[in-house]
Amino acid sequence: MGMIIAENISKKYGDGDTAVIAVCNVTFSIGSGEFVSIMGESGSGKSTLLSIIGALNRPTTGKLIIDGTDIYSLTQDERADFRRKYMGFVFQNFYLIPYLTIAENVMLPLATIKEKKSKKRAMAKDALSLVGLSDKANRLPNEISGGEQERVAIARAIVNTPPLLLADEPTGNLDSKTGRSIMELIKRLNRDGMTVVMVTHNHEYATYGNRVLKVADGVLI
Amino acid sequence: MTLKNIAVENLRRRKGRAFFVLIGLLISATTIVILISLVHAMKEDINHKLELYGANILILPKTESLSFSYGGLTLGGVPFYAAEIKEEDINKIKQIKNAANVAAVGPILLGPVVVNGHRLHMAGVDFRLLSILRPWWNIKGEIPPEKGAILGHDVARFLNLTPGDRFLINKQKLEVKGVIEKTGSQDDGLIFVPLPLAQEILGKKGHISMAEVAALCTGCPIPEMVRQIGEAIPGANVMAIEQVVKGRMETLNHFERFSYGISVLVLVIGSLMVLVTMMGSVKERTVEIGILSAMGFRKSHIIKTILLESGMISGMAGIMGYGTGFLATKIIVHFFSGGHGAQVLFNPFFAIGTLLLSLTVGLIASTYPAIMASRLDPNEALRAL
Repeated sequence: MGMIIAENISKKYGDGDTAVIAVCNVTFSIGSGEFVSIMGESGSGKSTLLSIIGALNRPTTGKLIIDGTDIYSLTQDERADFRRKYMGFVFQNFYLIPYLTIAENVMLPLATIKEKKSKKRAMAKDALSLVGLSDKANRLPNEISGGEQERVAIARAIVNTPPLLLADEPTGNLDSKTGRSIMELIKRLNRDGMTVVMVTHNHEYATYGNRVLKVADGVLI
Repeated sequence: MTLKNIAVENLRRRKGRAFFVLIGLLISATTIVILISLVHAMKEDINHKLELYGANILILPKTESLSFSYGGLTLGGVPFYAAEIKEEDINKIKQIKNAANVAAVGPILLGPVVVNGHRLHMAGVDFRLLSILRPWWNIKGEIPPEKGAILGHDVARFLNLTPGDRFLINKQKLEVKGVIEKTGSQDDGLIFVPLPLAQEILGKKGHISMAEVAALCTGCPIPEMVRQIGEAIPGANVMAIEQVVKGRMETLNHFERFSYGISVLVLVIGSLMVLVTMMGSVKERTVEIGILSAMGFRKSHIIKTILLESGMISGMAGIMGYGTGFLATKIIVHFFSGGHGAQVLFNPFFAIGTLLLSLTVGLIASTYPAIMASRLDPNEALRAL
């Protein structure tokens, strides 16, 4: 995984008087293997910035280059392929699919790749064991705690060993003890070589990163 | 984990919506199967009943005549050739291609006779076929087994004869076995005797004047049968009694058109139900679709997942629809016919057709929701929560 380079990125929602500038002319770079925390208050534009880095949200202006590829010059399907190969997402609300078991949720990113079922199961098992949930593989999301659901979301994000992990407030819905354990887990993944970009408004959790990017009113400060 | 697994698990664990789509398509498929099977069964039953209308093809001897006029006055045709039909010719009808559609062939010998000093017409017929060829006759008395006569209503009144009376016909003594109630046709003026007796009285052994054919109408091509009989008996002029044939066809076609019309309507309603339910499902699963997109699902993967779901439900609805429709038709037919009506038989082609139709409707109706789902912006979808 090469560098992430963001050049003069801006994102504007709406037009005219009702237009909102969520991100304004932001430029930064993130090196391979870095753990970068993006910090800011609610509505500062940090989540928008993360979704732009995650190839989910086309910026109004500017360029995002990951590993030498101009992400937003790709077609929608090419961006989907890029996300599948290079990125893992962890969301604040976990976003586990309620009708799939924990193991099935973890295997979701593997659904579109041609691989033997046994291999996919083994990959899911490895990911679940990494987050300490091997024994709950056959449960449904509503049968485990919030902290466990977050761990499942992390297992799902790393099941296909992507080089980049994007986490949006991964501890937002958790108590401080569970939050810390999640942060330890993410830090461990980073130590193992995964580039991590995490959005948080919590100062303590932000310090888990090697570097902090502070955002206020859509601008890096 | 594959796209198929996602579709299966979604259907398995979110039974409510799947059940709703299934019911929509099941009702459509069942209704169509019932309608078409019922119409098919009714057609068979109606055909059977229409056969009771009697003969629908006439075989007459071929005659040729020249028109003749003199001094500007048309004096009618002058016959110069009249073919004869032999009784044995009738057997050739059994060898035509559509012989299976022939319910009965009734030879008739017509001739003048003198009864009690009056000149009247006699018809030699096969009394065993009267129930097929003259099902509308109401006879006072009985149908004679070999000897004896049945008198038309007008003849009986004219001769003042009743069943049990005896009379002389060309010097042969015969007993009146039955008298036909008024029919309003030429039958009222005829004396009916068994064919061999008529041939003996008229001195025409082995000859007949004409024959009547009752053709079954289950897909019977009357004009084609007329052609085939004409070829089998070259000396005969074969004619279809058009009114009866057309009437039969029209009745059947009405039923068919009705059933197809209702089927189309039911299909449209069924597909709308699928469309609305699937649109609701897509809306309900906006976040889920967003997650799948974020994880690298292409548009085609999303479409495939949704179509797989609807395909599985539609297939199930098609199979179940044929089964329930088939059983329901059996019950309906049994209920209305008291067990004596038409048969409802398992038709594998119809079953496969129902399955394919259900699949097609389900997939077509789900295509738009699937495309809508694939177009969802993953970022917008994830913000929708």
